[in-house]
Amino acid sequence: MVLERKPRRWAYGSALALFASVLSGCGSGDGGPNTLTYYIADAAQEDVATRCSAESGGAYTFNIQRLPNTAAGGREQLLRRLAAEDRSMDIVSVDPPFMAEFANAGFLRPFTAQERQEFSTGVLEGPLVQSTFRDTLWSAPLYGNTQLLWYRKSVLQKAGVDPSAGPVTWDQLIQGATQAGVTVAAQGRRNESLMVWVNALVSSAGGSILQPGSENVPANQVKGGLNTEAGAAASRIMHDLAVSPAAPAGFSTAGEEDSRAAFQAADGGFMVNWPYVWAAFDAAIEEGSLPANFKDDVGWAAYPRVDAGTESAAPSGGLGLSISAFSGRQDLAVEAIRCLASAQSQIEFMKTAGNPAALASVFDDPGIREMFPMADQIREGLDAATPRPVSPYYGDVTGSIQTAFHPPDSLSPQTTPKDSNDLLEDVLSNKRLI
Amino acid sequence: MSTVEAPPREPAAARRPRRIRLTDRARHERNLGWLLAGPAFIAMVAVTGYPILNALWLSMFDYRLTDPGGREFVGLGNYAMILTDGLFWQQFGITSLITIVTVSVELVLGFALAMVMHRALYLRTPLRTAILVPYGIITVVSAYAWTYAFSNTYGFVNPLFGLGDFDWFGGTWSALFTVCVAEIWKTTPFMSLLLLAGLAQIPDDYLEAAKVDGAKAWQRVKRVILPNMKAAIMVALLFRTLDAFRIFDSIFIMTAGAQGTETLSFLAYRQTISRVMVGLGSAVSVILAILVVLIAVLFVKVFKTDLSQQRGER
Repeated sequence: MVLERKPRRWAYGSALALFASVLSGCGSGDGGPNTLTYYIADAAQEDVATRCSAESGGAYTFNIQRLPNTAAGGREQLLRRLAAEDRSMDIVSVDPPFMAEFANAGFLRPFTAQERQEFSTGVLEGPLVQSTFRDTLWSAPLYGNTQLLWYRKSVLQKAGVDPSAGPVTWDQLIQGATQAGVTVAAQGRRNESLMVWVNALVSSAGGSILQPGSENVPANQVKGGLNTEAGAAASRIMHDLAVSPAAPAGFSTAGEEDSRAAFQAADGGFMVNWPYVWAAFDAAIEEGSLPANFKDDVGWAAYPRVDAGTESAAPSGGLGLSISAFSGRQDLAVEAIRCLASAQSQIEFMKTAGNPAALASVFDDPGIREMFPMADQIREGLDAATPRPVSPYYGDVTGSIQTAFHPPDSLSPQTTPKDSNDLLEDVLSNKRLI
Repeated sequence: MSTVEAPPREPAAARRPRRIRLTDRARHERNLGWLLAGPAFIAMVAVTGYPILNALWLSMFDYRLTDPGGREFVGLGNYAMILTDGLFWQQFGITSLITIVTVSVELVLGFALAMVMHRALYLRTPLRTAILVPYGIITVVSAYAWTYAFSNTYGFVNPLFGLGDFDWFGGTWSALFTVCVAEIWKTTPFMSLLLLAGLAQIPDDYLEAAKVDGAKAWQRVKRVILPNMKAAIMVALLFRTLDAFRIFDSIFIMTAGAQGTETLSFLAYRQTISRVMVGLGSAVSVILAILVVLIAVLFVKVFKTDLSQQRGER
């Protein structure tokens, strides 16, 4: 009998232990009163966090959680957890276009006036604008980002276009690249990068995807700004590039890395892309997949214009650090962000990840200037960069744009502006599916 | 000569369960059965029943997760909107196409593989393992593998067939082709496994008798093997059709739904997860669930699929 009972007791014991572990799994999941759960979007954030934790003298440590690689994947994970009021989240890395959506839903803790002052001082205009919603700062800018026009110096003469001599237009690029038998790489893939491109083109043409004032009205009252000359100009340029010989193979499925691959190829000529590519060229040279002198042939200039006479509106990206409204350690999180987003951290981050800092002063750092010879261009770009629409319904906005503007070779300046505008407004009014 | 005849079947009405007075032992066994199965039953109801009912309830609201204050009861409004939207029907068409193409090809290939596994005299175990390996691979992993294979920059498919830099994912039909290839590669082993079970049930005597009667190989397949495998084939088709109709992973990884390759599961995902329109997404999911039930009913009632085959009750 004893022999029979033992396993039963053991079974009860393990069942209890299992039940307890399941219960604790449902709990806050904190690793101690000083442990802040920090959701990072870039691996390089972890190095900075490790230093900050060491420097805090035990005031806080981090439990690092990595968000998915894609912008949309990161948004979905944060959105799901925050909507479920996940108390285990303290600091979250938010892609700026998604901030308004989270803030409007009450998922983020607003920074106080004093904190706003602290985290805004010295920050460039682009990153600052996209961290603010309804006159409140919701994210401490960690880095800003803007796209540049990259070109191969060796093709300029044949193409008859010289971006180093002054601003160039998309039409000039397409024509020049076709003439020289080289490619113009842009992001035609149906994901957030397509939204970035559409927004840059519409803004460069003097328009906006959403009509002004749309950030404070209910979804069904939001008005699109695509059925305009600017919408037509964007459709025309995207279509013209997609059907021209200058479009790299696989244009409609090309993301940033595919664009870089196309630019690095023998027939690479021009590319619009984020500055991380500069550090990526180094990595490719080290790997041996690019010749050692490849970078000597690479030049950079301001983002291309739509009209020769109108200033271009370069895309704006980056990352902000926000505090979850459901965190039980919000004050400690603010203290940690002071270190995580400090000038020193931004310098480190820019050097390792290749992403431009949000603080203007970082661009004067000698080490940064040496590593990024285009530092001034990036700083100017960040100041003039145009954020994607600030909307509490950004998910619907980007989803509609990605549906309506893809594939680029099917666009038409006659029909796309109206079709895309109708789709956008219908989706926001819950009248159509995407 | 006496013949043994099966007892005549009772009329349908007589086969209805009758109230029988249970013996103590039977009652005890029945109670024990409930005690043993009860916890699992309750857990199942909790984890499946509650979400299903909740989805039905949510599907009647215009409800955005990021705007809880704007939640509004719309009755069957979401269903009406979905069923009158061209996108739904387009994606229904794509889903049906993928289902029909993949299941048909899998049936033919699966049957061939089942025959190979059944007839192999040497290296039976390694052969069966090799055939079943793709089924053991996680769908997301296999989808990535095929994405790389069909990539126009580093894939092996284009160089192998001399296709230059052809972009498989740049057009609807070519992208659908890649998705079907990935699905077929991944799930044919499952089909062949189900068919192998049916094949193993055919007594060798039947085939030998057919051989003695002079039936050729093709005639044996057509006249003996296939008719005796009908039940197994229908079960295999039912399982795979239900699975194929809910296809999501491969498309999510390979095309992300671009180029018109979105399916109904993708539609539900986009509304629920990307747009956080929980009400609308739940309505799409409910419609998808109803369609899946209809397919099951079609197989069981119209094609008379005998599921007891699968439970080994014959």
